[in-house]
Amino acid sequence: MDPRATPPARFASVRPGRIAAWTVLFLGGVVMVTPLLFMFSTSLKSAGQVYDLRLVPLHPTWENYVKVLGDGRFARWFFNSVLVATVVTLSCVFFDSLIAYTLAKFRFPGRQAVFLAILSTLMIPTEMLVIPWYLMASKFGWLDTYWGIMFPGMMTAFGVFLMKQFFETVPDDFLEAARIDGLNEFAIWWKVALPLVTPALSALAIFTFLGNWTAFFWPLIVTTDQTLYTLPVGLSSFAVEQSIQWELIMTGAALATVPTLLIFLFFQRYIVRGVMLAGVKG
Amino acid sequence: MMAAIELQKVVKRYGPIETVHGIDLSIADGEFVVLVGPSGCGKSTTLRMIAGLEEISAGTLRIGGAVMNEREPKHRNIAMVFQNYAIYPHLTVAQNIGFGLYTSKLSKAEKQARIAETARMLSLEPYLERRPAALSGGQRQRVAIGRAMVRDPVAFLFDEPLSNLDAQLRGQMRLEIKQLHQRLGRTVVFVTHDQVEAMSLADRIVVMRDGHILQVGTPMELYNRPGDVFTARFIGTPEMNMIEATVGPGGLDFGPNAGAVQAPQGSGMPAMASPGQAVSLGVRPQELQLCSDSDQAGPMSVRGVVRVAEPQGSETFVVLDLPSGQIVARAPSIHAYSPGQPLRFTMAPTSIRLFDKQTGHLLQ
Repeated sequence: MDPRATPPARFASVRPGRIAAWTVLFLGGVVMVTPLLFMFSTSLKSAGQVYDLRLVPLHPTWENYVKVLGDGRFARWFFNSVLVATVVTLSCVFFDSLIAYTLAKFRFPGRQAVFLAILSTLMIPTEMLVIPWYLMASKFGWLDTYWGIMFPGMMTAFGVFLMKQFFETVPDDFLEAARIDGLNEFAIWWKVALPLVTPALSALAIFTFLGNWTAFFWPLIVTTDQTLYTLPVGLSSFAVEQSIQWELIMTGAALATVPTLLIFLFFQRYIVRGVMLAGVKG
Repeated sequence: MMAAIELQKVVKRYGPIETVHGIDLSIADGEFVVLVGPSGCGKSTTLRMIAGLEEISAGTLRIGGAVMNEREPKHRNIAMVFQNYAIYPHLTVAQNIGFGLYTSKLSKAEKQARIAETARMLSLEPYLERRPAALSGGQRQRVAIGRAMVRDPVAFLFDEPLSNLDAQLRGQMRLEIKQLHQRLGRTVVFVTHDQVEAMSLADRIVVMRDGHILQVGTPMELYNRPGDVFTARFIGTPEMNMIEATVGPGGLDFGPNAGAVQAPQGSGMPAMASPGQAVSLGVRPQELQLCSDSDQAGPMSVRGVVRVAEPQGSETFVVLDLPSGQIVARAPSIHAYSPGQPLRFTMAPTSIRLFDKQTGHLLQ
């Protein structure tokens, strides 16, 4: 708390602005959390109780989990999603930050042009890209392969843009000191620059992972083989085939949020502001 | 390992703009040289060219006799300490110091020993496992120096390393750096814009301005015989007084204000200038002697009215209004000086320097 603010008194009046802000935040929180609670609640209901809108199920049961986890396809889709999202995330984190570092810290002719070209791809909506991607995948024989699902996302303009902004805040002194100590340029990036932008890197990793974990449109188009479905595509096929068994879909969805939560919990501690500021000035 | 550093006609150009104009400088092995000048004078660029962080546009750089122009920084066997310390926040003190040994082929145990030895010399032993965020400014500075030392380079380059520290710490670190130099005996090139730092650290000072070297000399040479007006004013605090005059037939003519500054008549004023030449007379506040009006004034004396007195304890600096401008004089603190009080100071002819008004050069 701001030390200059009114000292904490037992009956200190709370400013009306605060109350308004809390109310808005609280309502926002309710709006965000309710669907998740319903998802979890529905996953604990038996088929007959699905339309009973009680938040706490009358007879909670783990039966749906047993059913979904027992279905071999779910495990496969889960694995597919983990694989795709992980590989794409690693690739993005590596290549985006490498490109961004080069654009941020080296002066070479055409640097601005390259950056603008990369940025301009951000303006093109996915829907427009899907057809060329599909044609490309089809010509190269990438349909119904993991690579086919992954290739459009292996590098992203957004990631390059985000990381470039952060690399520009890394003082040149840090890099030059390493250069004098004898590190080659790749080692300078890897050992000095990258650790200094960990917060941005975590953000990029989380965004990319989540984006790919929930990706639906492109994986749906590029795969026809059920064994290559990612989780969202697979869950949607649940709905079509089995006359919408909400309790099973919700169970699948609830399971699908687990990795997201884990990822967030794991990366959260890296999202520490100003890690690098400490080394710069006294 | 000899590390004489030699610059011959070294030029730095950024596109069409030349910022360092063909400077020549020889730094002896083991010497402590300070490059000093106002910002934008080319001192940091020169240092960075020695380090290999900036390309040399023209001219030759030799370290230990070998031409270094095209060598990468890591092959020059020099170490550099940066203004921002450039110690890595994600590494511990030990790891930061160890970074200096990145390319070294020493065994792990030897590296550990080196790091420990360096930490001992810099009194950093208790902090080896800490991260920079948990260190004070002075400790961070020592880590940066440790990282430079651990490699045992032939020369150290310092780029304004003390400018982020507060005044007290700066004085302390200055002392430590000087002692370190005495102990290690390595060549040091130190860049600063602070003339006090330059005076107290350097074996020789290089005064730079606008990409040129104005003067090279020991601190006392620069203090006593500055080669031009710029150096004269830059070196020494408070700065040297400049009094405008014209060379007259028998001495200096101070214009219609002759009453304020008495021209010497046949005082043996150096006949270094041609009659009619416009000159600036430079005299340091410390070189002015307070005398009472009735005293036999020396061959040169000034008389003015106290505007402000600044007691410093052991001495008092008095700002005097002369008809021709303002000067600062040092006066003993045993007296009190009040605004409006007339005072007379005399100066010895030996402490007077004459500079050409046009070129700013010392006349000798």
